[in-house]
Amino acid sequence: MPTRENQELTQTMSEHPEDDPALLEALDTVIDGYGSEKGVLIPALQSAQNLYGFLPEKVLKHISKKLNIPYSEVAGVVTFYSYFSTVPRGKYLVRVCLGTACYVRGGKEVLAAIKDYLGIDVGETTQDRKFSLEIGRCFGACSLAPVIMVNDTVHQRVKPERLKELLAPYENDEVEANEGSGEETTGGSV
Amino acid sequence: MPEITINNQKVTVEEGQTILTAARSIGINIPTLCFLEGYEPLGACRVCLVELAGGKTLVPSCSTPVTDGMEVYTNSKRVRQARKTVVELLLSEHEGDCQLCDRAEDCELKELAYELGIRDVHYEGEKPEQLIDESTPALVRDSGKCIKCRRCITACNTIQGVGALFPQYRGYRTTISPAFASDLESVACVQCGQCAAVCPVGAISEYAHTDSVWEALDDPSKFVVVQTAPAIRAALGECFDYPAGTLVTGKMTAALRHMGFDRVFDTNFTADLTIMEEGNELLSRLKKALKDKEEVALPQFSSCSPGWINFVEYYYPQFIPNVSTCKSPQQMFGAVAKTYLAELEGVDPKDMVVVSIMPCTAKKFECRRDEMNDSGYQDVDYVLTTRELGQMIKGAGIDFRSLEDEEMDKPLGTSSGAADIFANTGGVMEAAVRTAYELVTGRELPMEKLHIGPIVGLEGVKEAKLKIEKPLPDWDFLDGAELNVAVAHGLGNAAKVLEAIASGKADYHFVEVMTCPGGCIGGGGQPRYTDNAVRQARINAIYQEDEGKKLRKSHENPEIIELYKKFLERPLGEKSHHLLHTLYKEKETV
Ligand code: SF4
Ligand code: SF4
Ligand code: SF4
Ligand code: FES
Repeated sequence: MPTRENQELTQTMSEHPEDDPALLEALDTVIDGYGSEKGVLIPALQSAQNLYGFLPEKVLKHISKKLNIPYSEVAGVVTFYSYFSTVPRGKYLVRVCLGTACYVRGGKEVLAAIKDYLGIDVGETTQDRKFSLEIGRCFGACSLAPVIMVNDTVHQRVKPERLKELLAPYENDEVEANEGSGEETTGGSV
Repeated sequence: MPEITINNQKVTVEEGQTILTAARSIGINIPTLCFLEGYEPLGACRVCLVELAGGKTLVPSCSTPVTDGMEVYTNSKRVRQARKTVVELLLSEHEGDCQLCDRAEDCELKELAYELGIRDVHYEGEKPEQLIDESTPALVRDSGKCIKCRRCITACNTIQGVGALFPQYRGYRTTISPAFASDLESVACVQCGQCAAVCPVGAISEYAHTDSVWEALDDPSKFVVVQTAPAIRAALGECFDYPAGTLVTGKMTAALRHMGFDRVFDTNFTADLTIMEEGNELLSRLKKALKDKEEVALPQFSSCSPGWINFVEYYYPQFIPNVSTCKSPQQMFGAVAKTYLAELEGVDPKDMVVVSIMPCTAKKFECRRDEMNDSGYQDVDYVLTTRELGQMIKGAGIDFRSLEDEEMDKPLGTSSGAADIFANTGGVMEAAVRTAYELVTGRELPMEKLHIGPIVGLEGVKEAKLKIEKPLPDWDFLDGAELNVAVAHGLGNAAKVLEAIASGKADYHFVEVMTCPGGCIGGGGQPRYTDNAVRQARINAIYQEDEGKKLRKSHENPEIIELYKKFLERPLGEKSHHLLHTLYKEKETV
């Protein structure tokens, strides 16, 4: 997940951060620090995502060339881990748990309702870059299923018909990107 | 050495052998779909499961080493049931339109399902999205047919060092494909077709030109000539159940006439021509370097193999000046056919269609390169692989096995033994040396049967040294010189040679590179399935063809001498430069 710093950076960044030479230089410096040993691809991708907020195609191609790793292999790693994202993330990342407990207690319906409400699919971001939608595994709150997380805040016993209310504070920017809402249990890192 | 029993048969095996190789060594076949001889077993497909006495679970035989006293059962009830389940599961996710499939004849999955007696699929699988990739002129990929065995990854990444194919996404969405499930055009694929050569099913095949060729043959206004690459004659027979390594030159010629080609010619003719041009190019580079002390790129690299050309253009552009400017024999043929031959036959080149039979998928790409129209037309119109030709002969109702041998037409059907060996690794080098040595010394290459022993065979990188003594006066600067040559096949091996040269660890004058393991005889368009035993059998056949000819050296080919006299004037002359030579350009990998 994006950290507090880069979340803010992403907010203030231009539409096309991948065209910013300063960011690319910063990335190269980090990668150069890793030396040339095997296994630098994943750390390099992590650094890139921290810098850019996501992994733009141009940056991935740059990494492929710089590390001399075939582009298809780079893409294979990026698409394997749901941690990596090739599309810009929204200010709020909504993650719907589809672990067993949540799944049987209506997680699927919650997901369908969120997709419907936000008008995006899993892995996508709303036009206004406010929300991204992803699926999560267990958040460790099974007894209170179904559960969703919005950034670091866990929302429990979510009901599809009350989604609008739940998301309203985010929609109206009443919640800071990295602040828990206070009313809900805050989950640990996932 | 461990002793084990397989199906109650005792067998002594070498330490470290797998159950699979042990079983095969005593004639017990275990089916495999992902295993590739000579490479790390992947353990991906699970059809090679076997039972061990006392074992709770079945084990994959391709990746399980033998241990002393092991009792293996390859055909127990449990094994048969498990195998059936595995294959049924594969079929449940498979786009199984066998009648419409390129692999209908030799599909390993279809054959396995038949052998296991599967008549019904008891599982309902989710079929992956079927993406058809026709982005390159060489290959077609069909993701709906892919069984995710990963053999193509080994071919592309481990053997060729290209890495165009990798697993993308995860879980049920996994697809074996270029970056982000895109197409081959969007990555730096060299179009060698080695992925297609190892694919057990119809998920990667050549881009077919069969319909276009029939159309040309059906058109009475077209003068259709065909050229056959050196490697076809040693492999085409396999399409008609001859054992690997059966020479079918005469039957192939007859079949092509029956199909309706107006002239049946030989790429070997222009292989001889290539030697004249490339041999002289090498000598002129050596002269510049050693006598005139000019800056010149050495070593010279061979340029017959279009996958290799792509590889240099993408991955090692700094070596572009080292690559011979000679077009490949296929392209020289097209350029000569639509000029010299058109004149001889009194045919307007616009009405001439040149078809090549090639062991190669990259040749389909090569004939469409922008540079390949020096005759004023696209020099080569269509390229058929050996497999496509086999299919067309069958479709035409020709009983290949009962054909009488026929001879190729003149003049572009006459060739030397030196041209035959272009088909295999080491052959272009040997052919060039046979001619260059004689040009320089006036004497025949002093080697047994004219073969350069150290560069014969399937070793990945081979080297030889050749001392030049008592040259003719024109070449006196070469007196006492030692010529260092290297031969590599498989682009992974080529990369090793390039790295050694770049780091100053190796110093050669001439390097032959063939894209495919074993050379063209192991090309991406050859009958499947090609392992080292098949490669060796085809190579043996090629040397047999070479040694059986009176004419063993390119410069002695009378039709080549005639071509220079009547048309080209001299090697590296102005006409040659225009028709037979080309340039390369750096390409971006991403
Ligand atoms: S790949 Fe094999 S099983 Fe699948 S459709 Fe083609 S021939 Fe049939
Ligand atoms: S054609 Fe060659 S380079 Fe291209 S994907 Fe297949 S094996 Fe790789
Ligand atoms: S394309 Fe063919 S070789 Fe590659 S994974 Fe799929 S089935 Fe296997
Ligand atoms: S051949 Fe052994 S797992 Fe595929």
